[in-house]
Parts: sequence; C-alpha cells; structure tokens
Amino acid sequence: MVNTKVSLSGWELDNPVIPASGTFGYGYEFAELYDINCLGTFSFKGTTKEPRFGNPTPRIAECPAGMINSVGLQNPGVDAVINEELPKLAKCFDKKVIANVSGFSIDEYAYTCELLDKQEQVGLLEVNVSCPNVHNGGMSFGTDPECAAAVTKAVKAVTTKPVYIKLTPNVTDIVSVAKACEQAGADGISMINTLLGMRIDLRTKKPVIANKMGGFSGSAILPVAVRMIYQVYEAVNIPIIGMGGVGSAHDVIELMLAGASAVQVGAANLVDPFICKKIIEDLPKEMEKYNIDDLSKIIGGAHNG
Amino acid sequence: MKQGLYKITENVSIAKDIMRMTLCGDTSAITAPGQFVNIKLDGFYLRRPISICDYDDNSITLIYKIVGEGTQALSEMDDGVELDLLVGLGNGYDVSKSGEKPLLIGGGVGVPPLYNLCKKLVGLGKEPTVILGFNSAQDVFYEEQFKALGAKVLVTTADGSHGIKGFVTDAMKDVEYSYFFTCGPMPMFKAIEATAKTSGQYSFEERMGCGFGACMGCSCKTKYGNKRICKDGPVLEREEIVW
Repeated sequence: MVNTKVSLSGWELDNPVIPASGTFGYGYEFAELYDINCLGTFSFKGTTKEPRFGNPTPRIAECPAGMINSVGLQNPGVDAVINEELPKLAKCFDKKVIANVSGFSIDEYAYTCELLDKQEQVGLLEVNVSCPNVHNGGMSFGTDPECAAAVTKAVKAVTTKPVYIKLTPNVTDIVSVAKACEQAGADGISMINTLLGMRIDLRTKKPVIANKMGGFSGSAILPVAVRMIYQVYEAVNIPIIGMGGVGSAHDVIELMLAGASAVQVGAANLVDPFICKKIIEDLPKEMEKYNIDDLSKIIGGAHNG
Repeated sequence: MKQGLYKITENVSIAKDIMRMTLCGDTSAITAPGQFVNIKLDGFYLRRPISICDYDDNSITLIYKIVGEGTQALSEMDDGVELDLLVGLGNGYDVSKSGEKPLLIGGGVGVPPLYNLCKKLVGLGKEPTVILGFNSAQDVFYEEQFKALGAKVLVTTADGSHGIKGFVTDAMKDVEYSYFFTCGPMPMFKAIEATAKTSGQYSFEERMGCGFGACMGCSCKTKYGNKRICKDGPVLEREEIVW
C-alpha cells in the first residue's frame, strides 16, 4: 500500500493532484461528472475585487501540444464568490479549496485576500501575480521582484492562512522573484503560470486571439515547468506547488522530483474532463512502477547526489 | 454530457467541402436538437466541436465543413475508426416555443442542427418551413432530406445558381411563421434580426476551449448576464441577445 499523502504548510492532502485555477471553474461543473472529493483539493477560478467579463472573443487558440487562452480573468467578483459560488461548492466538495486571487493594485490584492481568508472553506490563498492577459495588473506584479514582494507583504499583513504566490515564467530570472516573495513572508510558491504566446491565422493574416497574445499552456510547456521548479527549489526553503503541462501520473511524479510538494493540472482538464480522477487512480500504480512507497519523500528527489 | 468511444460507420462528401459522418455509440446524453459533440483527434490538442445533425438510440450523424487542419484530418478518417467524443454538450433548441408554423433558417454549415429540429417539430404535429441559404449550387445539401421530413423547403443561393437568387432574408419575406429557429454565420443573423417579425432562437458559433463550461473561453454578454456559448448556449433566445 503506497502513501500518496502530501502536505502544504501543514494542510494535509490525500494526494497531490489539484486542478489548476481557470480550468475547473468553481468546481460544481465537474461535480456533475464525478465525485470531486477524490481530488487533493482544487484552485478555484481567479477572483478579483470587482466582477469582470474579461477579454473579447476569440479567447482560445489551438497550438502544437497545447493551447493559448486569453480569458482575461472573467469572474463574478469576490462578493459573489463568497455569497454564491462557495455555498454551491459546499454541496459537492467536503474539503477546503485554494482561493486564487488576482488584482490590479496592491490594495485590491489585499482587499480580496482578506475577505477570502475569512472563509472556512478556504485552505490557502494562491496570489496570482502572473496573469498574462490583463493590462496594468497580474503579470506586471510578477515580473519584478520588488513588486511581487510588495504584494506578498500586503497580503500577509491582512491574512492568517498560508499565502502562496503564483509566478510567471515570462521573466529572465524566476529565482530572484521567488526569493523576493520568500523574504517578504510568502508561505509557498505556485509555478508556473502560462507562457506568453501568439498564433496567426493564415486565412485572415491576423492573430487568432482577439487580444492578440495569450497564455500558452498544455503538455508542450512541461519541460519549462520542470526546469523552473528545479531552479526555484534549490533557492528557497518554502514549498512549491508545481504546474505546467501536467497530464499524467508520470508528469506528477516528475514535477515532485523537481521539487513540487503538490501538483496542479490545468489545460488537460479542458481536453479530458476526467483527467484528474484518472491521474489519481493511476498514481499508486505509477508509484509502484518506480518503487516509490511514500510520495512526500520524493519531493526534490532529483536534487540528491 | 458523456464521454465515450464512437465508431465511424460513414464519412462521405455530400457537397463542396461538406462531409457527413455517422458514428455508432451511446446517445443517451443527447437531450435536445441543436446540441453538439466535441471530438478528440490524434495530433491536435483541443477537441473539435461539431453540431449534431441527427441521432437515434445508437448513432449520431454529423455534417461538417472542411475549414482547417482538424476538420481536414476528420475528413480523411475511415469507417471503423473509433473517436473519443464528449456527447450531449450545450442547451440545444427549445421546441416548446415553436407555435404551429415554425420557420427554420440555416446558412451554409449552420444547416445541419436544423435537421433533427425539423424532425422533432414534424413529430409534434407542427408545419415547419425551412429556408436553406448557400453561396452557390455546389454548396447545397440536404434539400431533399428536409422535404422528405414533410417540411416546406426554400433554397437560396447568393449567385442564383440554385433556387431563389439572394439571401435567406429574401425568401423570408413571403413566409408566414409563428416563431423562428436559426443557425448560420453572423452576417445572416444580423439580416434576420433586422427583418424577423416574431420571437426566435439563434444558435451561435464561437472558438471553444473545453466545450463544457469550464474555461470561459467562449463567453458572451446577454441581457440576463454573461453566458458561455458552450454550456448556457449555443442557442440563445432573441430577447436576450446583445448584438
């Protein structure tokens, strides 16, 4: 009998598999398909202070081994999330969730986090300083170590639950951003968000996405995620939630060996709505195949020796 | 919604760049005409959403246009190949509002979902009129099939090479109808919106990520709030649409 339990800042998860923000809504869509209580937990749709419609369509483009999205943080706003989405989720999910938060100013991040921190259903806060699809917000905070640290400090000052900062790979040196967050008091790092990409339609000779650029995700980005998690694991002492192109139990183990304490599954949910359930079911077999008894013992295993 | 493997039993050309594919498998998740399936294809990341033209207890008929690499690959598949489908996606048309003389208006590759809708309406004892709009005679399909259901059928072509010369709205002028259902390109929708005399339902197309409401890739604004074309649509009522 293998042990798939892992923990994030003292929060024990039955397994490390976590649907990533923006690919799982507020959970109840998937609860119609299977019992989502099998998940480690999940990270809900990126939430902002005010409701947002997001970007114009088309928001989606096909890519080799992946996709580009430019949704632009569509969400009903933090009040509706607390008053409508979380009560709906409570009916189909018994575990705590990860509250994913975005903002357009440091005050906004702090405001939204403070409200969500008070919700019993929230296990930890994942602060997205890495959304590539909005102007004057999101990624602009995550590309500069000082800005990322300022957001971290502001959020930590008004919250009690673990705060994980979700980082963008669209930087020259992700390690310096991760270290700045750690020094500012972050309890963990979530990485990586999508890579900025673009597709052009040869018929129209224009970008496919209305907003021109968007976030590239899917299996193609797995090696980038492995490399960056590996680098950041060497530089910080706080846990990492790894993500980027994960689509199998094999990928989950690979990211954990690189240094992830838990692993999020993003774009793969959109292609196969049952993928997280399948990964969780496959995980014990995959562990046995590689002589792994206890998943939490392999975190960062690729760094030894 | 159900996920399953569906075996191709037919995949043939029925007009210029227009293919008809029939698949065998579980259709219990289909609840209304105008719903769609989402097809996984080897070598492509995202699934391809295709509207359901017709279905029975164990088969699904799809009519699709070859427009890109995905549909090109689909068109080259042989009988017997099994495809991974998500079935029963979207809301579909609400036939309860049709009145006695519904008008069905299809433009090009927007025609297919109207076929099962027409079949359902005839089954309910309604007297549908169907207007099918195409660019040219070589693009025309399913004129005879709609007639065989018992519908009155008018075909328009933009170049006049078949049926009435002009657009679907030219054929609409002389039709009496109680309600309308439509599917087709946006310029056709705008022309219908400018001339239609009754309530109706429009089925929209949009680039989708997942097709089942998770990714917010195909959102639109309506008078009743934001909706997802894939989950809350693709069919929207005339009264709620923001043009």
